[in-house]
Amino acid sequence: MKASTAGSVAAGASEVRDAVRTVFRMESARLVAGLSRLVRDLDLAEELAQDALVAALERWPESGVPDRPGAWLMAAARNRAVDRLRRESWLGRRREALAGELGPSPAPAPDADGAELGDDLLRLAFVACHPVLLPEARVALALRLLCGLGTDEIARAFLVPETTVAQRIVRAKRTLAEARVPFELPGGAEREARLASVLQVVYLVFNEGYAPSSGTGWLRPALCEEALRLGRVLARIAPEEPEVQGLSALMELQASRAAARVGPGGEPVLLLDQDRGRWDRVLIGRGLAALERAAAPGRALGPYALQASIAACHARAPTASETDWPRIVALYDALAQVAPSPVVELNRAVAVSMALGPAAAMEIVDALSEEPSLRGYHLLPCVRGELLLRLGRVEAGRAELRRAAALAASARERKLLLERAASGRPVVREAPASPRAAAPPAR
Amino acid sequence: MRFMVMVRATKDSETGALPDPKLVEEMGKYNEELARAGVLLAGEGLHPSSRGARVRFSGSKRTVIDGPFAETKELIAGYWLFQVRSLHEAIEWVKRAPNPFPGQDSEVEIRRVYELADFDAVLTPEAREREQRLQDKLSGHP
Repeated sequence: MKASTAGSVAAGASEVRDAVRTVFRMESARLVAGLSRLVRDLDLAEELAQDALVAALERWPESGVPDRPGAWLMAAARNRAVDRLRRESWLGRRREALAGELGPSPAPAPDADGAELGDDLLRLAFVACHPVLLPEARVALALRLLCGLGTDEIARAFLVPETTVAQRIVRAKRTLAEARVPFELPGGAEREARLASVLQVVYLVFNEGYAPSSGTGWLRPALCEEALRLGRVLARIAPEEPEVQGLSALMELQASRAAARVGPGGEPVLLLDQDRGRWDRVLIGRGLAALERAAAPGRALGPYALQASIAACHARAPTASETDWPRIVALYDALAQVAPSPVVELNRAVAVSMALGPAAAMEIVDALSEEPSLRGYHLLPCVRGELLLRLGRVEAGRAELRRAAALAASARERKLLLERAASGRPVVREAPASPRAAAPPAR
Repeated sequence: MRFMVMVRATKDSETGALPDPKLVEEMGKYNEELARAGVLLAGEGLHPSSRGARVRFSGSKRTVIDGPFAETKELIAGYWLFQVRSLHEAIEWVKRAPNPFPGQDSEVEIRRVYELADFDAVLTPEAREREQRLQDKLSGHP
């Protein structure tokens, strides 16, 4: 057995360097969050954090990793800030504000006060996901500041060149500075809106990992994990926000199905066809618990909590045929109220077809036929074709499925749809009920 | 990626004596820190092996063996399930844990959990090739 006293002089230099980088990444969000509260400048806060990293890389190989590395890094960054303040005049207008806060007071330990740390992180999240920034800039900044990822890692995750990410971050910081975005925790309606933007960014990261919009079309577990982690952190520091819990629940429940979503040949497996034995019980348990917390008494569920509730219906059903479709219909009805969209309507139609039969669903689908945003969306004719087959209108149904095949983006899906068109049999049989996928209501 | 972090049993943990309240409080704080960092997925403490059993498999035979079991150091007294980015990170988190058995030597074992992240096995050849091409393009290789 090889024993290395981690952090001791005996450990190899490269080993210590790895440890330093790991610790830095673990601490970087709190560090930058705490520093930006003090210096009120994102760029400077990041620079000071980097300085602290450099100091750690110099010192720790000799001294070992300190017992409280976060506090050490914070103290190093603050010392650095004071040095700069003394030496350099370019700080100009910040000087007065800084001098007060950066005085000789002892460095607050980043892990000393949970509430303060939570506020710092939330403030940083609000800035990184500020609505003045473009969505891709928010994503890049959030991954950099809140997850501590390097630009190279972000670039790899999104399959774009590193320079693109670096530019996005530089530009985003400039935009924030020009807009004079304050470091604050807004209240009331403003807080609600800003929080919504943070959640949107987190969900965007999750979906980029779960259903990539570009590249290989393959799951990118690392992005899902970063989003899950951010969701868990937010749920911990803003536990009173139902939609924060709702988003966390939604991501946990969706992630619980990750392993079952893909067949042995790499083909996608629709929700109702998935092997439920492969669903991750740990994540389901976490998702259901978060959903319970999202249900604040006296408040209607928000869009994330509603989607999570739908996912929970699937998670709770031991088999696809035991799915509580009437409840899912009711949840889609509620979702269509708070966050109406043609895609929600289409999913609602699928749920209605499972709960009440194809005729009732057909009314909803026909109402969508003129919807401009669904033009070219292959799932509309796909759902319609299935409903027609179930209604016994076989030729019309086959024609719709062929139309869906022509619109499908992937060869695999096209093949599947053409096969269904050729067979002319609905996937769902009317009686005895053996509900299978009419269309993918969710992945 | 996920790691199972297992606290190995000691003579004391095998007696079933409850830990010192001070340690319970410290553990609570540590667990809170893990949760706030989004690292903690699950975790529990285990009763001593005297309240457990083993089932031995041999061909088609199943033999039940009641606890306690002798090889204390090989037993598990509790576990955490972490979600972290690397083994390094798991190690750093474990180093921050309070000593689970002050006054005696003990070990905490960190093991990676198999999961979808090990998805190479199910990645189709076409998908793998596409991924490779993209990686090459991004890293500037032809």
